[in-house]
Amino acid sequence: MTQYRGLDKPKGRGFFLFWKAMFVAAMLALVAFFWVASSSVEYIWRWNRVPQYFWVNEAADVRAEAEGDVTIIDRQGNEQRVVVRDASGEEHPHMLPGEGTVLVSTGDFAYRGDVLGRYQLNKPGILLEGLWITLEVSVLAIIGGIVIGVVTGLCRISINPMLRWGSIAYIEIIRGSPLLVQIFLWYFVVGTLINALLEHVGLGGISPLWYGVMALALFTGAYVAEIVRAGIQSVHRGQMEAARSLGMSYAQAMRKVILPQAFRRIMPPLAGQFISLIKDSSLLGVIAIRELTKATREVVTTSLQPFELWIVCAVLYLVLTFTLSLFVQYLERRAIR
Amino acid sequence: MINATNVHKFFYTPDRLHALRGVSLSVAPAEVVVIIGPSGSGKSTFLRCLNRLEYADEGSILIEGRDILDPDCEINEVRAEVGMVFQSFNLFPHLTVLENLTLAQTTVRKRGKAEAEKKGMELLRKVGIAEKHSVYPDQLSGGQQQRVAIARALAMDPKAMLFDEPTSALDPEMVGEVLDVMKNLAREGMTMVVVTHEMGFAREVADRVVFMDQGSILEVGSPDRFFTAPEHDRTKLFLSQIL
Repeated sequence: MTQYRGLDKPKGRGFFLFWKAMFVAAMLALVAFFWVASSSVEYIWRWNRVPQYFWVNEAADVRAEAEGDVTIIDRQGNEQRVVVRDASGEEHPHMLPGEGTVLVSTGDFAYRGDVLGRYQLNKPGILLEGLWITLEVSVLAIIGGIVIGVVTGLCRISINPMLRWGSIAYIEIIRGSPLLVQIFLWYFVVGTLINALLEHVGLGGISPLWYGVMALALFTGAYVAEIVRAGIQSVHRGQMEAARSLGMSYAQAMRKVILPQAFRRIMPPLAGQFISLIKDSSLLGVIAIRELTKATREVVTTSLQPFELWIVCAVLYLVLTFTLSLFVQYLERRAIR
Repeated sequence: MINATNVHKFFYTPDRLHALRGVSLSVAPAEVVVIIGPSGSGKSTFLRCLNRLEYADEGSILIEGRDILDPDCEINEVRAEVGMVFQSFNLFPHLTVLENLTLAQTTVRKRGKAEAEKKGMELLRKVGIAEKHSVYPDQLSGGQQQRVAIARALAMDPKAMLFDEPTSALDPEMVGEVLDVMKNLAREGMTMVVVTHEMGFAREVADRVVFMDQGSILEVGSPDRFFTAPEHDRTKLFLSQIL
């Protein structure tokens, strides 16, 4: 924050101008390097084909699934219905959205695969859907991580051996094993058991997304716990003494005096942890959650444009993490005391 | 009011340190007792034992007849009756001055917000700092902070007040304003135990002066006798060094 410029020989205006210019130059050099690199690889850049993965806006056909006469064309609520009756007299309804155009009329004969109607498809593309899943998983895991972290952090400094050792064991196990392995274990081992039990009592299984959120929240919680513990211990012990000497209980003092002060201090390390979490969510692709990375991989296999799409993927992660970073800076400024 | 008998306290840091060696002291209601002594003599430790910020290892401490060394003692209730003022103020930096005064009132005394604020403003006026009610502690001078800290303790309507070197961290020109507040308090009949190096205050306000050295009370007496005719050699030496 404060820069103690007086500690060294004062720097003149030229110093700052020069180094600012050097920064710009370094950035330009970096851009130039990538420019040269990208034009020297044998690769046809087709950026114009990227937007379709963000937002799908294309004509879609409704094709006949049976062969026969078109018997009925009517509206069913918001949709239009085209009924084709085949030779055996069975009716095959085909639905298309209300604003679509029906291209046949009653009495026409439709072969299998004929276009019955056409409408404009207008929906988020796979990348945007992936981004949304990443955001959703991250937000849920951050909330879970904060709750788990604060509780564990408090247990970590409790005098109760069970709570203290329990939290230490949890922290060490989680921090000491790879997240990928944890995700596998949660989904394939714990998840299988839980889903089997749920099925046994007649309930539906839990979707992979929630196992992913759980794995991420528990993983982040262990790191948050240590951050919270350090934050609590960094508050001067006089604060606890003052609060207790007024007759407040330990819990009251913690909630009203210690934690509010601790939270201000742990905001920057927490932000770093949550930025990590957003990036770590890219591992969830392994348990069939189609988050941003998995979505990108799928698009790459169909489009065969790896470079554009991975760059786009990286930029989208940057948008998420940078937004979070700005948000935390805003919180820090607001809670400057 | 306060009855401490044969109090012992050990610190393990990690060597065993016998910080209090059988300290006994009784304080009557409305009495002002000033504890003086060289640093490391155990006077602050003894004061902190009185509201169990330090748990005395042996002896008994009765506050209004309640044995605070009894594990079943509702210590929070006792602490609410015994205000404490610290050398380093220990105001809550994330709360405004008025919020510092209302926090314990609402959480411990279960007073309503309006009532707590009314009481808080009354006390701020009393310590002469009412106009600063909405600023944060770090915007105040040391003397102002300490006056707020005294008001914060008074907001609980304590029956006794403990002062742990309340002026030691203050710039010299701010010592007076804090001592004035304490003098007013003594005049109003507050029971006070004060650890301080302010001999002028001790002489003027104290009913009794206690001299501690190496974890024991060496001498107790009225200020007049204490400062003019000390009995113990150690007391004489100490007084000659600081006066």
